[in-house]
Amino acid sequence: MIAVEKLSVGVGGFMLQDISFEVPAGNYAVLMGRTGSGKTTLVEAICGLRRVSAGRVLLRNQDVTGLKPAQRGIGYVPQDGALFSTMTVRENLGFALSIRGIKGAAVDARIKELAGWLGISGLLKRGIRGLSGGERQRIALGRALAARPSVLCMDEPLSALDDETREQMYGLLQTVNKHENVTVLHVTHNRQDADRLADQILRFDHGRVS
Amino acid sequence: MWHETDSAGAAVRGKSDWPFYCGLGLLTSVYLILIVTMLLAAGSYTTWGHLGAAFSSPAIRYSIRLSLLSCTLTTLLSLCVGVPTGYLLSRFRFPGIGVIDALLDVPIVLPPLVIGLCLLILFQTSPGRWLQGWVPITYAIPSVVLAQFTVSCAFAVRTMLVTFDQISPRCEQVALTLGCSRTQAFWTVALPEARRGILTAATLVWARSLGEFGPVLIFSGATRMRTEVLPTTVFLELSTGNIEAAVAVSLLMIVAAVVVLAITRAFGVRGHREFLP
Repeated sequence: MIAVEKLSVGVGGFMLQDISFEVPAGNYAVLMGRTGSGKTTLVEAICGLRRVSAGRVLLRNQDVTGLKPAQRGIGYVPQDGALFSTMTVRENLGFALSIRGIKGAAVDARIKELAGWLGISGLLKRGIRGLSGGERQRIALGRALAARPSVLCMDEPLSALDDETREQMYGLLQTVNKHENVTVLHVTHNRQDADRLADQILRFDHGRVS
Repeated sequence: MWHETDSAGAAVRGKSDWPFYCGLGLLTSVYLILIVTMLLAAGSYTTWGHLGAAFSSPAIRYSIRLSLLSCTLTTLLSLCVGVPTGYLLSRFRFPGIGVIDALLDVPIVLPPLVIGLCLLILFQTSPGRWLQGWVPITYAIPSVVLAQFTVSCAFAVRTMLVTFDQISPRCEQVALTLGCSRTQAFWTVALPEARRGILTAATLVWARSLGEFGPVLIFSGATRMRTEVLPTTVFLELSTGNIEAAVAVSLLMIVAAVVVLAITRAFGVRGHREFLP
């Protein structure tokens, strides 16, 4: 589960205040709000990438507000994928495992499994340059899920995709939720994304989530 | 074929625009002609015989060896300081960052002779004299490296700052969520992404150090076979009227500069043009 309790986060000149919501374990929640409303800031605060001035973030019923991003067990997929351009697709997918000191057959097996159901098996030896938007998002998704996080936060993961690729990604994201048994928080401003994917829709308006 | 590089794309040019384009071309040509003719003149002034005579001189060979050694050491030291400093200024905001940013430009804007003088005075203070009790610096080889480092490191910092500014911090943030500490994110993600900028910084620092004269002259002196680097050789040969040797050494520095320029252009990252030698 993801729970945010009376969270306040300062960003430059403006402040998100008293934000509260809860996503039950295993749910696919879509957080909707206008561009510039602070959705990305909220996701960054949940991931531990932004300092919180008040309130709490709970994951799996555990208070993680004071924990570093690495200790939170969250998979994070930003808008542009933010793939590591100096690494191959395989190295991107295996990054979270190698940083934990996991090596050899266990890494290969996990990469093979992820690449198989994400449909990117043929790309493993390639570099990042020249990949399409859809391929990039699949790889970013696989990289985020490699260490089997219980929570997945995605910030506008489909915004740069064409209609056909977006349609393919809908099916994939629904599978992610069930296949990997993760609680998903998907941030978007697109109504269609919410209609197709959400178990739970959260509306972020004027600094409040309803 | 000419292309305009504005976002609107190349517009249709009418006859009335030609004086404007001619003016731009003319003014650019004047400067280009000055650079090319200057290099050609230097090249045509010397012969293979002059070059051979110059490079068989023990003093000049010493000066080449010391230049190569000091420039390489300066480059390594400048990267050790420039990479983390550029990263710090690019990624973090803290009180006093504006002052630090301005201070780091001081070696770039100060006259080189003044930097040499300031270094000389620094090593005449009590802490400076104490340090020299352990390691001789002033008028010794370490002073050459220190003089070059004081100026060149500022260029490494600026280049690395631009490099890290161009690399989105998002990748490092993702690395943090994937299990990295700050240190691991720097070494595994930020630094490999900055490799072209590091190469650019290294070549710029090396080239800048090779041509550094003012601070070396004041802080290290111009003693033959001791603190003599290539610019010092040009100065010493000119002052004794041996113009052929001065030109031969200058040509060597021109070739080194052209090679560095080619490397920087081939591997450099966009946005570094303001720092090119």
